[in-house]
Amino acid sequence: MSNDGKFDQYRRNFLSGAAATVTGLAMAPGIILHEVAQARPADQAVSSDVRWGMLIDTSKCDRGCNACVTACNDEHGLTGHGRPESDAQWIRKVELRDKQTGNTQSLPLLCQHCEKPPCVDVCPTGASFKRADGIVLVDKHTCIGCRYCMMACPYKARSFIHEDLQDQLPHAPRGKGTVESCTFCVHRVDNDRTPACVEACNAEHHNAMVFGDMNDPDSEISQQLEQYSSRQIRADLQLNTGVRYRGI
Amino acid sequence: MTKRYLSIVTFCLLAVVPVRALLAGDGLYPEVPKAKARFSDTQECVEPLEDMRKNHMEYILHQRDATVHEGIRTRQHSLVECINCHVSDAADAARASSEKHFCSSCHSYASVKIDCFQCHADRPVKSSDNPSLAPSAMSHHIKHDHSAEVLTGKQLRALANGGANDE
Repeated sequence: MSNDGKFDQYRRNFLSGAAATVTGLAMAPGIILHEVAQARPADQAVSSDVRWGMLIDTSKCDRGCNACVTACNDEHGLTGHGRPESDAQWIRKVELRDKQTGNTQSLPLLCQHCEKPPCVDVCPTGASFKRADGIVLVDKHTCIGCRYCMMACPYKARSFIHEDLQDQLPHAPRGKGTVESCTFCVHRVDNDRTPACVEACNAEHHNAMVFGDMNDPDSEISQQLEQYSSRQIRADLQLNTGVRYRGI
Repeated sequence: MTKRYLSIVTFCLLAVVPVRALLAGDGLYPEVPKAKARFSDTQECVEPLEDMRKNHMEYILHQRDATVHEGIRTRQHSLVECINCHVSDAADAARASSEKHFCSSCHSYASVKIDCFQCHADRPVKSSDNPSLAPSAMSHHIKHDHSAEVLTGKQLRALANGGANDE
Protein backbone atom coordinates (compact mmCIF):
# COMPACT_ATOMS: atom_id res chain seq x y z
CA MET A 1 0.00 0.00 0.00
CA SER A 2 2.78 2.36 0.97
CA ASN A 3 4.65 1.35 -2.18
CA ASP A 4 1.64 2.35 -4.25
CA GLY A 5 1.78 5.80 -2.66
CA LYS A 6 5.45 6.08 -3.43
CA PHE A 7 4.88 4.99 -6.99
CA ASP A 8 2.22 7.65 -7.35
CA GLN A 9 4.69 10.20 -6.12
CA TYR A 10 7.35 9.05 -8.58
CA ARG A 11 4.82 9.21 -11.36
CA ARG A 12 3.73 12.68 -10.28
CA ASN A 13 7.32 13.90 -10.14
CA PHE A 14 8.03 12.41 -13.55
CA LEU A 15 4.91 13.96 -15.05
CA SER A 16 5.56 17.40 -13.58
CA GLY A 17 9.15 17.17 -14.83
CA ALA A 18 7.91 16.24 -18.27
CA ALA A 19 5.37 19.06 -18.19
CA ALA A 20 8.09 21.53 -17.25
CA THR A 21 10.26 20.34 -20.14
CA VAL A 22 7.38 20.74 -22.58
CA THR A 23 6.64 24.23 -21.24
CA GLY A 24 10.32 25.07 -21.51
CA LEU A 25 10.42 23.95 -25.11
CA ALA A 26 7.28 25.85 -25.95
CA MET A 27 8.59 29.14 -24.58
CA ALA A 28 10.99 31.34 -26.42
CA PRO A 29 14.55 31.11 -25.11
CA GLY A 30 15.54 34.02 -22.92
CA ILE A 31 12.12 34.41 -21.38
CA ILE A 32 12.45 31.27 -19.28
CA LEU A 33 15.55 32.36 -17.41
CA HIS A 34 13.93 35.60 -16.43
CA GLU A 35 10.82 33.80 -15.18
CA VAL A 36 12.83 31.41 -13.03
CA ALA A 37 14.99 34.14 -11.53
CA GLN A 38 11.96 36.05 -10.31
CA ALA A 39 11.68 36.66 -6.58
CA ARG A 40 9.45 34.80 -4.17
CA PRO A 41 5.90 36.17 -4.27
CA ALA A 42 4.79 38.08 -1.17
CA ASP A 43 2.19 35.46 -0.25
CA GLN A 44 4.58 32.53 -0.33
CA ALA A 45 6.47 31.31 2.74
CA VAL A 46 10.26 31.25 2.80
CA SER A 47 11.80 27.86 2.16
CA SER A 48 15.02 26.08 3.04
CA ASP A 49 15.91 25.93 -0.65
CA VAL A 50 17.58 29.24 0.05
CA ARG A 51 20.21 29.92 2.67
CA TRP A 52 21.16 33.53 2.98
CA GLY A 53 24.77 34.24 3.73
CA MET A 54 27.40 36.93 3.68
CA LEU A 55 31.05 36.88 2.73
CA ILE A 56 33.21 39.66 4.10
CA ASP A 57 36.62 40.37 2.61
CA THR A 58 38.67 41.89 5.43
CA SER A 59 41.40 42.99 3.03
CA LYS A 60 38.90 45.35 1.39
CA CYS A 61 37.43 46.60 4.66
CA ASP A 62 38.80 50.06 5.40
CA ARG A 63 39.93 50.54 8.98
CA GLY A 64 38.57 54.06 9.26
CA CYS A 65 35.28 53.36 7.51
CA ASN A 66 32.10 53.00 9.50
CA ALA A 67 29.60 53.12 6.64
CA CYS A 68 28.03 49.72 7.32
CA VAL A 69 27.38 50.59 10.96
CA THR A 70 25.87 53.98 10.13
CA ALA A 71 23.72 52.48 7.40
CA CYS A 72 22.41 49.82 9.79
CA ASN A 73 21.59 52.39 12.45
CA ASP A 74 19.76 54.58 9.92
CA GLU A 75 17.93 51.67 8.35
CA HIS A 76 16.52 50.42 11.64
CA GLY A 77 16.28 53.67 13.54
CA LEU A 78 18.83 52.60 16.14
CA THR A 79 19.43 55.66 18.23
CA GLY A 80 21.67 55.56 21.26
CA HIS A 81 21.74 57.36 24.55
CA GLY A 82 25.48 57.90 24.47
CA ARG A 83 25.98 54.77 26.56
CA PRO A 84 27.96 52.41 24.32
CA GLU A 85 27.74 49.54 26.78
CA SER A 86 23.98 49.30 26.67
CA ASP A 87 23.01 51.05 23.41
CA ALA A 88 21.66 48.81 20.68
CA GLN A 89 24.23 47.74 18.15
CA TRP A 90 23.49 45.25 15.41
CA ILE A 91 26.81 45.55 13.61
CA ARG A 92 30.12 46.86 14.90
CA LYS A 93 33.63 47.33 13.64
CA VAL A 94 36.22 45.13 15.32
CA GLU A 95 39.95 45.49 15.06
CA LEU A 96 42.18 42.45 15.17
CA ARG A 97 45.78 43.06 16.11
CA ASP A 98 48.53 40.51 15.93
CA LYS A 99 50.45 41.17 19.13
CA GLN A 100 53.67 39.79 17.72
CA THR A 101 53.80 41.61 14.42
CA GLY A 102 51.52 44.53 15.18
CA ASN A 103 49.54 43.84 12.01
CA THR A 104 46.03 45.22 12.35
CA GLN A 105 42.90 44.17 10.52
CA SER A 106 39.44 45.66 10.60
CA LEU A 107 36.20 43.82 10.09
CA PRO A 108 32.48 44.26 10.68
CA LEU A 109 30.98 41.82 13.16
CA LEU A 110 27.27 41.12 13.13
CA CYS A 111 24.91 38.25 13.90
CA GLN A 112 26.52 35.29 12.15
CA HIS A 113 23.16 33.67 11.35
CA CYS A 114 24.35 30.24 12.44
CA GLU A 115 22.86 27.07 11.10
CA LYS A 116 22.83 25.79 14.68
CA PRO A 117 22.30 28.98 16.65
CA PRO A 118 23.03 28.79 20.39
CA CYS A 119 20.62 31.70 20.96
CA VAL A 120 17.79 29.54 19.65
CA ASP A 121 18.86 26.58 21.79
CA VAL A 122 18.64 28.52 25.03
CA CYS A 123 15.49 30.58 24.40
CA PRO A 124 12.84 29.51 26.92
CA THR A 125 9.88 30.85 24.93
CA GLY A 126 10.79 30.08 21.34
CA ALA A 127 11.10 33.76 20.56
CA SER A 128 14.60 33.31 19.24
CA PHE A 129 14.23 31.30 16.07
CA LYS A 130 15.76 30.51 12.72
CA ARG A 131 13.75 31.11 9.60
CA ALA A 132 13.66 28.38 6.96
CA ASP A 133 16.02 30.42 4.79
CA GLY A 134 18.64 30.59 7.54
CA ILE A 135 17.97 34.06 8.94
CA VAL A 136 18.08 34.06 12.75
CA LEU A 137 15.52 36.40 14.28
CA VAL A 138 13.81 37.36 17.52
CA ASP A 139 10.02 37.23 17.54
CA LYS A 140 9.56 40.18 19.87
CA HIS A 141 5.94 39.22 20.43
CA THR A 142 7.11 36.21 22.43
CA CYS A 143 10.41 37.56 23.79
CA ILE A 144 10.28 38.01 27.56
CA GLY A 145 13.60 39.82 27.75
CA CYS A 146 15.42 37.19 29.80
CA ARG A 147 18.61 37.74 27.78
CA TYR A 148 19.75 34.11 27.89
CA CYS A 149 20.39 34.40 24.15
CA MET A 150 22.71 37.34 24.70
CA MET A 151 24.77 35.24 27.05
CA ALA A 152 24.72 32.23 24.74
CA CYS A 153 25.86 34.12 21.65
CA PRO A 154 29.63 33.70 21.16
CA TYR A 155 29.74 36.78 18.94
CA LYS A 156 28.14 39.25 21.34
CA ALA A 157 25.79 40.10 18.52
CA ARG A 158 22.61 40.85 20.43
CA SER A 159 21.34 43.94 22.22
CA PHE A 160 18.67 44.55 24.80
CA ILE A 161 16.38 47.56 24.68
CA HIS A 162 16.44 49.21 28.07
CA GLU A 163 14.23 52.25 27.57
CA ASP A 164 10.90 53.19 26.05
CA LEU A 165 11.15 54.08 22.39
CA GLN A 166 9.18 56.34 20.11
CA ASP A 167 9.10 56.92 16.36
CA GLN A 168 10.17 53.44 15.40
CA LEU A 169 10.16 52.76 11.69
CA PRO A 170 7.22 50.84 10.24
CA HIS A 171 9.47 48.09 8.89
CA ALA A 172 11.61 47.86 12.05
CA PRO A 173 9.42 47.49 15.14
CA ARG A 174 11.50 47.65 18.33
CA GLY A 175 10.49 47.98 21.94
CA LYS A 176 11.62 48.07 25.53
CA GLY A 177 12.20 44.77 27.24
CA THR A 178 13.07 42.74 24.17
CA VAL A 179 16.30 41.47 22.66
CA GLU A 180 17.24 42.31 19.10
CA SER A 181 20.02 41.74 16.63
CA CYS A 182 20.90 41.93 12.96
CA THR A 183 18.05 40.61 10.85
CA PHE A 184 20.05 40.49 7.61
CA CYS A 185 17.61 43.31 6.75
CA VAL A 186 14.87 40.72 6.41
CA HIS A 187 12.36 43.35 5.25
CA ARG A 188 14.67 44.16 2.35
CA VAL A 189 15.61 40.57 1.58
CA ASP A 190 11.91 39.66 1.38
CA ASN A 191 11.58 42.42 -1.20
CA ASP A 192 14.48 41.11 -3.23
CA ARG A 193 17.00 43.67 -2.04
CA THR A 194 20.36 43.42 -0.28
CA PRO A 195 21.01 44.42 3.34
CA ALA A 196 21.68 48.10 4.08
CA CYS A 197 25.28 47.45 5.24
CA VAL A 198 26.19 45.76 1.97
CA GLU A 199 24.62 48.58 -0.01
CA ALA A 200 26.55 51.17 2.03
CA CYS A 201 29.83 49.29 1.62
CA ASN A 202 29.34 49.17 -2.15
CA ALA A 203 28.40 52.85 -2.19
CA GLU A 204 31.79 53.59 -0.60
CA HIS A 205 33.35 51.50 -3.40
CA HIS A 206 34.90 49.11 -0.90
CA ASN A 207 32.81 46.16 -2.02
CA ALA A 208 33.99 44.20 0.99
CA MET A 209 30.64 42.49 1.60
CA VAL A 210 28.84 40.03 -0.63
CA PHE A 211 25.34 38.90 0.24
CA GLY A 212 23.48 36.07 -1.41
CA ASP A 213 22.07 32.58 -1.46
CA MET A 214 24.70 30.07 -0.38
CA ASN A 215 22.52 27.22 -1.65
CA ASP A 216 22.53 28.55 -5.19
CA PRO A 217 25.76 27.41 -6.88
CA ASP A 218 25.48 30.23 -9.43
CA SER A 219 25.21 33.06 -6.90
CA GLU A 220 28.16 35.41 -6.49
CA ILE A 221 28.67 34.39 -2.88
CA SER A 222 28.77 30.69 -3.71
CA GLN A 223 31.22 31.30 -6.53
CA GLN A 224 33.51 33.35 -4.31
CA LEU A 225 33.28 30.83 -1.47
CA GLU A 226 34.33 28.13 -3.89
CA GLN A 227 37.13 30.18 -5.43
CA TYR A 228 38.71 31.69 -2.34
CA SER A 229 39.51 30.33 1.08
CA SER A 230 37.28 31.73 3.80
CA ARG A 231 36.83 31.22 7.50
CA GLN A 232 34.09 31.16 10.05
CA ILE A 233 34.79 32.98 13.29
CA ARG A 234 34.95 30.41 16.07
CA ALA A 235 34.63 27.57 13.59
CA ASP A 236 35.54 25.28 16.49
CA LEU A 237 32.01 25.70 17.84
CA GLN A 238 30.68 24.04 14.68
CA LEU A 239 27.77 26.42 14.33
CA ASN A 240 28.13 26.63 10.54
CA THR A 241 27.79 30.39 10.40
CA GLY A 242 26.07 32.21 7.57
CA VAL A 243 28.67 34.98 7.70
CA ARG A 244 32.12 34.04 6.41
CA TYR A 245 35.34 36.03 6.33
CA ARG A 246 38.17 36.20 3.84
CA GLY A 247 41.66 37.29 4.83
CA ILE A 248 41.64 36.52 8.53
CA MET B 1 -56.40 66.16 16.51
CA THR B 2 -53.60 68.21 18.04
CA LYS B 3 -52.83 65.34 20.35
CA ARG B 4 -52.55 62.99 17.43
CA TYR B 5 -50.34 65.42 15.53
CA LEU B 6 -48.04 65.76 18.52
CA SER B 7 -47.66 62.03 18.95
CA ILE B 8 -46.72 61.65 15.27
CA VAL B 9 -44.06 64.35 15.62
CA THR B 10 -42.68 62.68 18.72
CA PHE B 11 -42.59 59.33 16.98
CA CYS B 12 -40.78 60.80 14.00
CA LEU B 13 -38.24 62.48 16.22
CA LEU B 14 -37.47 59.28 18.07
CA ALA B 15 -37.35 57.19 14.95
CA VAL B 16 -35.46 59.49 12.64
CA VAL B 17 -32.91 61.07 14.95
CA PRO B 18 -30.57 58.30 15.98
CA VAL B 19 -30.00 58.10 19.69
CA ARG B 20 -26.29 57.68 19.00
CA ALA B 21 -26.05 61.06 17.31
CA LEU B 22 -27.65 62.68 20.34
CA LEU B 23 -25.14 61.05 22.66
CA ALA B 24 -22.01 61.42 20.52
CA GLY B 25 -21.47 64.99 21.58
CA ASP B 26 -21.55 63.95 25.21
CA GLY B 27 -18.49 61.76 24.75
CA LEU B 28 -20.42 58.62 25.54
CA TYR B 29 -19.41 57.04 22.26
CA PRO B 30 -15.94 57.17 20.74
CA GLU B 31 -15.28 59.50 17.86
CA VAL B 32 -13.44 57.18 15.54
CA PRO B 33 -11.49 58.94 12.78
CA LYS B 34 -12.49 58.03 9.22
CA ALA B 35 -10.19 55.92 7.06
CA LYS B 36 -8.48 57.58 4.12
CA ALA B 37 -9.72 55.22 1.43
CA ARG B 38 -12.01 52.33 0.61
CA PHE B 39 -10.63 48.87 0.06
CA SER B 40 -12.69 48.39 -3.09
CA ASP B 41 -15.83 49.72 -4.73
CA THR B 42 -17.94 47.19 -2.89
CA GLN B 43 -16.09 46.98 0.41
CA GLU B 44 -15.04 49.64 2.87
CA CYS B 45 -12.29 47.85 4.79
CA VAL B 46 -10.07 44.88 3.98
CA GLU B 47 -12.80 42.58 5.29
CA PRO B 48 -16.51 43.40 5.76
CA LEU B 49 -16.89 46.15 8.38
CA GLU B 50 -18.81 44.08 10.92
CA ASP B 51 -16.18 41.39 10.71
CA MET B 52 -13.35 43.89 11.10
CA ARG B 53 -14.92 45.50 14.14
CA LYS B 54 -15.21 42.15 15.83
CA ASN B 55 -12.23 40.21 14.54
CA HIS B 56 -9.51 42.63 13.45
CA MET B 57 -7.21 41.33 16.16
CA GLU B 58 -7.44 37.82 14.77
CA TYR B 59 -6.42 38.98 11.32
CA ILE B 60 -3.51 41.00 12.67
CA LEU B 61 -2.38 38.16 14.92
CA HIS B 62 -2.44 35.67 12.07
CA GLN B 63 -0.57 38.02 9.76
CA ARG B 64 1.97 38.75 12.47
CA ASP B 65 3.06 35.13 12.74
CA ALA B 66 3.02 34.62 8.99
CA THR B 67 5.21 37.66 8.47
CA VAL B 68 7.68 37.16 11.29
CA HIS B 69 8.19 33.43 10.88
CA GLU B 70 7.47 32.75 7.23
CA GLY B 71 8.31 36.05 5.59
CA ILE B 72 4.82 36.41 4.11
CA ARG B 73 4.41 40.10 3.43
CA THR B 74 1.00 40.50 1.85
CA ARG B 75 -0.58 43.86 2.53
CA GLN B 76 -4.23 43.05 3.13
CA HIS B 77 -3.94 42.29 6.84
CA SER B 78 -0.70 44.09 7.53
CA LEU B 79 -0.60 46.36 10.57
CA VAL B 80 1.53 48.86 8.66
CA GLU B 81 -1.23 49.16 6.06
CA CYS B 82 -3.90 49.57 8.78
CA ILE B 83 -1.92 52.52 10.10
CA ASN B 84 -1.26 53.93 6.64
CA CYS B 85 -4.98 54.08 5.93
CA HIS B 86 -6.46 54.83 9.33
CA VAL B 87 -4.02 57.34 10.81
CA SER B 88 -3.36 60.79 9.43
CA ASP B 89 0.09 61.41 8.03
CA ALA B 90 0.06 65.03 9.18
CA ALA B 91 3.04 66.21 11.20
CA ASP B 92 0.81 66.69 14.24
CA ALA B 93 -1.16 63.48 13.79
CA ALA B 94 -2.40 61.89 17.00
CA ARG B 95 -0.10 59.43 18.72
CA ALA B 96 -1.32 56.10 20.01
CA SER B 97 -1.32 57.59 23.49
CA SER B 98 -4.04 60.05 22.46
CA GLU B 99 -7.72 59.19 22.27
CA LYS B 100 -7.83 60.86 18.88
CA HIS B 101 -5.71 58.08 17.39
CA PHE B 102 -7.82 55.62 15.38
CA CYS B 103 -6.93 52.58 17.46
CA SER B 104 -6.92 54.31 20.82
CA SER B 105 -10.25 56.07 20.23
CA CYS B 106 -12.12 52.79 20.41
CA HIS B 107 -9.74 50.91 22.67
CA SER B 108 -9.95 53.48 25.42
CA TYR B 109 -13.75 53.43 25.08
CA ALA B 110 -13.78 49.65 25.37
CA SER B 111 -11.12 49.66 28.10
CA VAL B 112 -8.96 47.23 26.19
CA LYS B 113 -5.29 47.97 26.59
CA ILE B 114 -3.07 47.19 23.63
CA ASP B 115 0.71 47.14 23.54
CA CYS B 116 1.19 47.11 19.75
CA PHE B 117 2.60 50.62 19.71
CA GLN B 118 5.27 50.03 22.30
CA CYS B 119 7.17 48.58 19.35
CA HIS B 120 5.23 49.40 16.17
CA ALA B 121 5.02 52.77 14.48
CA ASP B 122 1.72 54.46 15.39
CA ARG B 123 1.80 56.86 12.45
CA PRO B 124 2.13 56.18 8.75
CA VAL B 125 4.88 56.81 6.31
CA LYS B 126 3.67 59.77 4.29
CA SER B 127 1.89 58.38 1.28
CA SER B 128 2.41 61.56 -0.73
CA ASP B 129 6.14 60.96 -0.65
CA ASN B 130 5.87 57.35 -1.60
CA PRO B 131 2.93 56.56 -3.90
CA SER B 132 3.53 52.82 -3.66
CA LEU B 133 2.52 53.04 0.00
CA ALA B 134 -0.62 55.02 -0.66
CA PRO B 135 -3.68 53.20 0.67
CA SER B 136 -5.53 53.77 -2.58
CA ALA B 137 -2.95 51.68 -4.35
CA MET B 138 -3.30 48.89 -1.84
CA SER B 139 -6.13 46.87 -3.32
CA HIS B 140 -4.18 46.48 -6.54
CA HIS B 141 -1.03 45.46 -4.79
CA ILE B 142 -2.11 42.94 -2.23
CA LYS B 143 -0.05 40.23 -3.82
CA HIS B 144 3.28 40.17 -5.60
CA ASP B 145 4.17 43.63 -4.49
CA HIS B 146 7.85 44.30 -4.24
CA SER B 147 7.76 48.05 -4.44
CA ALA B 148 6.86 48.74 -0.82
CA GLU B 149 10.34 49.62 0.37
CA VAL B 150 11.89 52.15 -1.89
CA LEU B 151 13.05 54.73 0.64
CA THR B 152 16.17 54.55 2.73
CA GLY B 153 15.90 54.16 6.46
CA LYS B 154 17.00 57.74 6.98
CA GLN B 155 14.28 59.05 4.71
CA LEU B 156 11.67 56.84 6.31
CA ARG B 157 12.64 57.94 9.77
CA ALA B 158 12.44 61.54 8.69
CA LEU B 159 8.98 60.85 7.33
CA ALA B 160 7.93 59.01 10.43
CA ASN B 161 8.95 62.08 12.37
CA GLY B 162 6.48 64.07 10.36
CA GLY B 163 8.90 65.29 7.74
CA ALA B 164 10.99 67.16 10.27
CA ASN B 165 14.49 66.17 9.34
CA ASP B 166 16.84 67.24 12.06
CA GLU B 167 19.96 66.68 10.05
